[in-house]
Amino acid sequence: MKAPKFSYVRAESVEHALELLDKHGEDGRILAGGQSLMPTLNMRLSQPEILIDINRLDVLKGISLDGDIVCIGALTRHVEVLNSEIIAEHLPLIAEAMPHVAHVAIRNRGTIGGSVAMADPAAEMPACILALGATLVVQNSAGKREIPAEDYFLGLYETARAENELLVEIRIPSQKPGNVSVFLELARRHGDFAIAGIAAYGSVSGSTVNDMRLVYFASEDKPTIGANAIAALNGKAWSEETKEAVTTALEGDLDPMANLHGSAAMKLHLQKVLTGRAMDTAIARAGGAA
Amino acid sequence: MSEEMVTVNMTVNGENVTKTIPVRQHLVDFIRTELGFTGSHLGCEHGICGACSVRVDGDVVRGCLMLAAQAEGAEVVTIEGLSDTGEIADLQDNFVERNALQCGFCTPGMLITAAELLAQKTEQSREDIREFMSGNYCRCTGYHAIVDAIEKTNNDRLKA
Repeated sequence: MKAPKFSYVRAESVEHALELLDKHGEDGRILAGGQSLMPTLNMRLSQPEILIDINRLDVLKGISLDGDIVCIGALTRHVEVLNSEIIAEHLPLIAEAMPHVAHVAIRNRGTIGGSVAMADPAAEMPACILALGATLVVQNSAGKREIPAEDYFLGLYETARAENELLVEIRIPSQKPGNVSVFLELARRHGDFAIAGIAAYGSVSGSTVNDMRLVYFASEDKPTIGANAIAALNGKAWSEETKEAVTTALEGDLDPMANLHGSAAMKLHLQKVLTGRAMDTAIARAGGAA
Repeated sequence: MSEEMVTVNMTVNGENVTKTIPVRQHLVDFIRTELGFTGSHLGCEHGICGACSVRVDGDVVRGCLMLAAQAEGAEVVTIEGLSDTGEIADLQDNFVERNALQCGFCTPGMLITAAELLAQKTEQSREDIREFMSGNYCRCTGYHAIVDAIEKTNNDRLKA
């Protein structure tokens, strides 16, 4: 279908974009890579009065290191994250997840900030940054504020970013030496929306799990920390018994949404399977034996 | 709400074009209806099928997920331009040779996406090719012949 009528403004600076957000409130939508927004426009699922195109704001692009923190500009395109040596070295979880983010042509346009701002429940980047304990930097015309990822994702496409705020940067602590990370997802076709997925990050000694964070996505309305599963996992040696205890505990963490990809029960089952595979992989990567 | 118009200027297949168009017009509608290059196809029009793939400033993108207004100042290449330069003549020959198309609707998108893979000039396994091409739907061939054609082109180029 064709998009509904709207106005279009190309923001000339971050200040200009923030001015437009102040002026138009909920009637304005930020157009970043457009790989999620444009489909909703073409299908007329969304009808903003004005699109505020931020694609020319080069100040929001790029990946750099600030001590132990990897700073990713919100407008950095997925392809740049995929090819970044900084990401490969300091954030292997993101490097492992990025090939699952849609397809080549979409990664050439889509941005990490757009993915995080959109907060699609099946998106990979929100789950990864939650697992890694990232901080989101948002800005309005009065200034910037930082939001921990734990407090940012509120629900289905719902975040703590206010209507007059622009997501400008994602700050992610580098993977600590000795830590391991694993990213796994299940989709019907490579690059399609995930049906179930997990981002795991933490420390393992031999086959003992010291401190692991498990984040689940795609089955829930937002990226979800498996608090009960984590409690059953940390401090334990990884074994069949531990796996049983962790996956049973996971039932208290997840409340999967049924959709055309499958029932709630099927998705819960898949998340349990992914939990086992993710931990088998984490132990192997840490050099231990399950 | 009245139709808001914008004047855009860009290079399409090497030619500079300036047109006044509705701001909501996406890039492939612009290319097809304003410029008459009908090689870029509209399948799903929401970013799933890949039939609308075009090259913008050197990168393959979904032409239905970008407004024409966003291509202001950009260098756009469609299958017509890509064919004329001869860049993928070998790939096109191999598509014919391997019967890698039947109805042909997906073929421009397949070629323009595969061109980006071939430009990497590195060895690609069949699995790599499948992953790279995973964003382009073909409803006729079952993909094997498409992978064959791309694999043969890549291997021949690496040997040359």
